[in-house]
Amino acid sequence: MKKLTKNEYSTLADKASPPTKSYRTIPTAFLVGGLICTLGQGLLNLYQYLGLPEKTASAAVSVSLIFLSVLATGLNVYDNLAKYAGAGTLVPITGFANAVASPALEFKSEGLILGIGAKLFTISGPVIVYGIAASCVYGLLYYLFG
Amino acid sequence: MEMLWEYAKAFLVGGAFCAVGQVLIDYTKLTPARILVTYVVAGVVLGALGVYQPLIDFAGAGATVPLTGFGAALAKGVREAVDKDGLLGVLTGGLTASSAGITAAMVFGLIAALISKPKDKA
Repeated sequence: MKKLTKNEYSTLADKASPPTKSYRTIPTAFLVGGLICTLGQGLLNLYQYLGLPEKTASAAVSVSLIFLSVLATGLNVYDNLAKYAGAGTLVPITGFANAVASPALEFKSEGLILGIGAKLFTISGPVIVYGIAASCVYGLLYYLFG
Repeated sequence: MEMLWEYAKAFLVGGAFCAVGQVLIDYTKLTPARILVTYVVAGVVLGALGVYQPLIDFAGAGATVPLTGFGAALAKGVREAVDKDGLLGVLTGGLTASSAGITAAMVFGLIAALISKPKDKA
């Protein structure tokens, strides 16, 4: 069998993968993502109406959206929605929560420790590592020059 | 009317963040994990430059719900921690600011995984 060069492989891969229908994917992402943020705004207004101070209300919104996302992931709703919504379900904080819960659910059969425990961080781990590292860089610059 | 405009701003700005993410997926072949990392780090940078807070003031949840808002919260947390604790704040600020979100995702995810039936892989 002939060995493929990297270039030949990528031409083949491009041919095999279906063309992206951006005229559909981008508006769908906009719509779904916008609706998730609107839901967040509704929750924010509700919590502030109930008397929570702004900072607490904002954290409560994140926690509520995370809860709803994990629930929807457990019911297999979120991943189905994500097939259509793409970045619309990925970019909001619900996408982060889904990235935590989804691999944990999927790899449950590999056990409590290296299945659920490790897979919780498959995608969220890098996000936390680089996010926190970036915050340290900024913190250090701010400490030295701020 | 005022409230309607508030929701419209959240919808439009939040939607725009997601549309940009979709453009990245469609045209750069960035994987979802890379997009999440990119958004959070971009949020830290925008927060550090002071341009994200005005966007939050304008769009509310439209700016805080996307992961860039998570990054901006990290930047804000580390700044407040440095103001309060000096050099130690460099290490404590980020995780302190994000602890509620990370812990919620972890614990809810764990509970969901424990009580769910293993998925049918179709």
